[in-house]
Amino acid sequence: MYTFSSRLKTFSLVLIIIGALGIGYGFFTAPKTVDDVKAMMHNAEDSHGAATAEHTEVDDHASKDVHEVTGAIKGEHATENDHEAAGEHGDDAGHYEHVLMQAQNRPWTAIYVPMIFFLLISVCALVYYAIQRAASAGWSPLLFRVMEGVTGYIGIGSLIVLAFLVASAMHGNHMFAWMYASADPTAANFDFAMETKDWWLNIPGFLIRAVIYVSIWIGFRHFILKNSRLQDESGDLKYFKRSFNLSVVFLVVFLVSELFMAFDWLMSIDHHWFSQLYSFYVFASMFVSAITVIALVTIYLRSRGFLPQVNDSHIHDLAKYMFAFSIFWTYLWYAQFMLQWYANIPEEATYFYPRLLGEYQPLFIGMLIMNFVFPILVLMNSDYKRIPWFVVLAGLIILTGHYLDVFVMVAPGTVGSHWHFGIPEIGALLFFAGLFIFVVFNSLTKAPLLPKENPFIKESEVFHY
Amino acid sequence: MGHYEAPIREPIITGDKSYHDITLDVAAPIEGKANKSWYIAFTIALIAFLWGIGSIAYTIGTGIGVWGLNNRINWAWDITNFVWWVGIGHAGTLISAVLLLFRQKWRMGINRSAEAMTIFAVFQAGLFPLIHMGRIWNGFYTLPVPNPLGSLWVNFNSPLLWDVFAISTYLSVSLVFWWTGLLPDFAMIRDRATKPFQKKIYSLVSFGWSGKAKDWQRFEEVSLVLAGLATPLVLSVHTIVSFDFATSVIPGWHSTVYPPYFVAGAVFSGFAMVQTLLLIMRKVSNLEDYITRVHVENMNKVILVTGGIVTVAYLSELFVGWYTGSSYEDFVYLSVGAATGPYWWAFWSLIICNSIIPQLFWFKKIRRNYIWTFIIAIFINIGMWFERFDIIVINLSRGHLPSSWTQFSPTFVDIGIFVGTIGFFFVLFLLYARTFPVIAQAEVKSILKSSGNNFKRERDNPSAVKTEV
Repeated sequence: MYTFSSRLKTFSLVLIIIGALGIGYGFFTAPKTVDDVKAMMHNAEDSHGAATAEHTEVDDHASKDVHEVTGAIKGEHATENDHEAAGEHGDDAGHYEHVLMQAQNRPWTAIYVPMIFFLLISVCALVYYAIQRAASAGWSPLLFRVMEGVTGYIGIGSLIVLAFLVASAMHGNHMFAWMYASADPTAANFDFAMETKDWWLNIPGFLIRAVIYVSIWIGFRHFILKNSRLQDESGDLKYFKRSFNLSVVFLVVFLVSELFMAFDWLMSIDHHWFSQLYSFYVFASMFVSAITVIALVTIYLRSRGFLPQVNDSHIHDLAKYMFAFSIFWTYLWYAQFMLQWYANIPEEATYFYPRLLGEYQPLFIGMLIMNFVFPILVLMNSDYKRIPWFVVLAGLIILTGHYLDVFVMVAPGTVGSHWHFGIPEIGALLFFAGLFIFVVFNSLTKAPLLPKENPFIKESEVFHY
Repeated sequence: MGHYEAPIREPIITGDKSYHDITLDVAAPIEGKANKSWYIAFTIALIAFLWGIGSIAYTIGTGIGVWGLNNRINWAWDITNFVWWVGIGHAGTLISAVLLLFRQKWRMGINRSAEAMTIFAVFQAGLFPLIHMGRIWNGFYTLPVPNPLGSLWVNFNSPLLWDVFAISTYLSVSLVFWWTGLLPDFAMIRDRATKPFQKKIYSLVSFGWSGKAKDWQRFEEVSLVLAGLATPLVLSVHTIVSFDFATSVIPGWHSTVYPPYFVAGAVFSGFAMVQTLLLIMRKVSNLEDYITRVHVENMNKVILVTGGIVTVAYLSELFVGWYTGSSYEDFVYLSVGAATGPYWWAFWSLIICNSIIPQLFWFKKIRRNYIWTFIIAIFINIGMWFERFDIIVINLSRGHLPSSWTQFSPTFVDIGIFVGTIGFFFVLFLLYARTFPVIAQAEVKSILKSSGNNFKRERDNPSAVKTEV
């Protein structure tokens, strides 16, 4: 039985408190009115000093051009459409209002990114677990309880995301621009894209679908885990077979729910843009993160003496999965990016404009290095994959890279060129990391770490690679 | 405990085999004589092959105009068959490389034939990029070689050039991987050969393999490295094939999901072809104890998984087609326009063969049944041909300009070449089945003690009589 060490508990609570303060600070300092925005931008220019003033102006102009391009093609916000229609430029009210929305979106974006990140890690851990079950894997049963523990965050994580989506639907923020657009050509906030998309992008449908996705995940986690415990208690093979069946059904249902979840929660932020691959890409990103988290938790527990049977071969296998799925993620990233870059169709290219060439370039390139170059170099060697601290190092880089990946998926459509990495972002990351650690390790205490009645457990114990 | 295996796992070698039994069973088709049905099958395949050669010669001699292509639909059966054959080839590498990485013991009964199938399928595929050229004699211009034309170079931006690199690399790596695995088996045939000619041949092809510990250790390392290289290769090859379409701006072709979806489709169709071949081979070559119900069921599970991925990708295509709101997407291969348009039959063939019929494999009775498996595998082969046909022809038939809308019908030359490649494929495969060890006996022997039914029985019930090896 695992006992939640008080040091780790304190650590996670401290993270939650510091994170909550950071989140509060983010909301508190977000501009309330257009005047705040003007003051904010003025201060920013002042702080750059006289020497760079001209440069700032150029930058500002450049980013405005990007806005005009995206505005013209995408009609990012209803207000911007007005502004385009009026044919005004520069310091007009529409522009400032647009900047205000983006600035107000900042604390929301800061919490949305880790919120999605940790929830999907947890869901993908369940996927990984279900795959191990469905594939009758002989090496991994020793790690089943670790995987079950990581899925513990699905419940609370889902509720937080649902609350966020409801808040967005009630116009608490401007995260989903389509929620402010109208399909009616005579309306002031008309958006041509909504004319063809409002059959899917409408608030009731969006919320109902969100409830369906999370119910599927929470429901299957509940039944799969319950079954796993029953098997342990009774040793009856029928529970083992039922776990297999549940896992298979979950994988099928998950694949479909994930397809639409990614379209809804992430792709619709840039609602003028679309990519057929998108859901697979999101899955790959979160799947490799989930495997990494499983590896990190395993290494932690083993270092505390809770998983005596887990040997270096198990770590080696997990590290191999981290390595392989990092490359798989890169493959899908490349497929999505290269095909749209190659064809360069305007409505698709606008998505990559701020990311590849615009303000997000450092993040975009940086996460590519973290998620691909680093793992391929670090985890190629078979011996290194058996060294725990090496796997931890690689794992932390992979997790950071995929957090940035989600950030680059979300932020360009919500805060646009005004992204920063400051107290709200770090605070939110710490908050959700703390919550995740707290919930996951708490759920690890709920069952013995060794599933003793699994028919493959002996294979897993003698596993050597 | 190296040989420990959970009792719950089914044996994958049946018939109480010893090491020697495996040798005899694998060597039997090579050492025996071909029977009448082999000659009949071979003759039919050869005739089809010769007909194909005739069709190819006629095309090259007269011009591409003898095909059914037109100005708008300028790719049809040629590239359909190309993609179909490349796709079929992918299962072989999946079985030998990906399943090796996943330590799937059941791959050992089938990997040799699956790889052979890969290589013979890639041969067929490789024909089409050549013969669909208007000027095949200038084909070598696709290679970046220094030349007297001011060193006129190729443009590396074309996916058709990437195809050249992908297919040639794929063929060479698959060939090396296959041949490396064959060394111990050829050596076994060599050591058993009584006729001098046979001995000479198998001595040549087994490269003096003597099975020393050091050789085995390196053999294993090379296999693992090659499997590690072949896995990204197999993904990238069909990805590059999908780029032929996806990099374009043609509605229905320009889609980001193509790379993984083509790969999943390739594995799907490839496994169906492996089933088609192995279900016959296990009977005619008396290999029922090595290609068992478990193998067939496992392959059907892979078919189910990849078929599911393909179906979800169809869903993604269809959804995003609606979601874009682009009116051009109304006529692409997965749209209401296609379902009701002039190619409705091709559309529904695709849906029924790929997304509906394979769902029968959810039933355990069906996926463990040889006859059912054979029938469904044939449907998948047909369905995957239609998938490529639909992608190419339906999308080209109704493009941006209605004034260019047209249809396609193949000529007897189109059909003749396709039939010819099927003939050529079976000529090679039938010859292979008589001269190559069709089961990787060295590998199968390595799992005999963990997964042979006699050893499993003995381990689960130690009081039973000890098995002689």
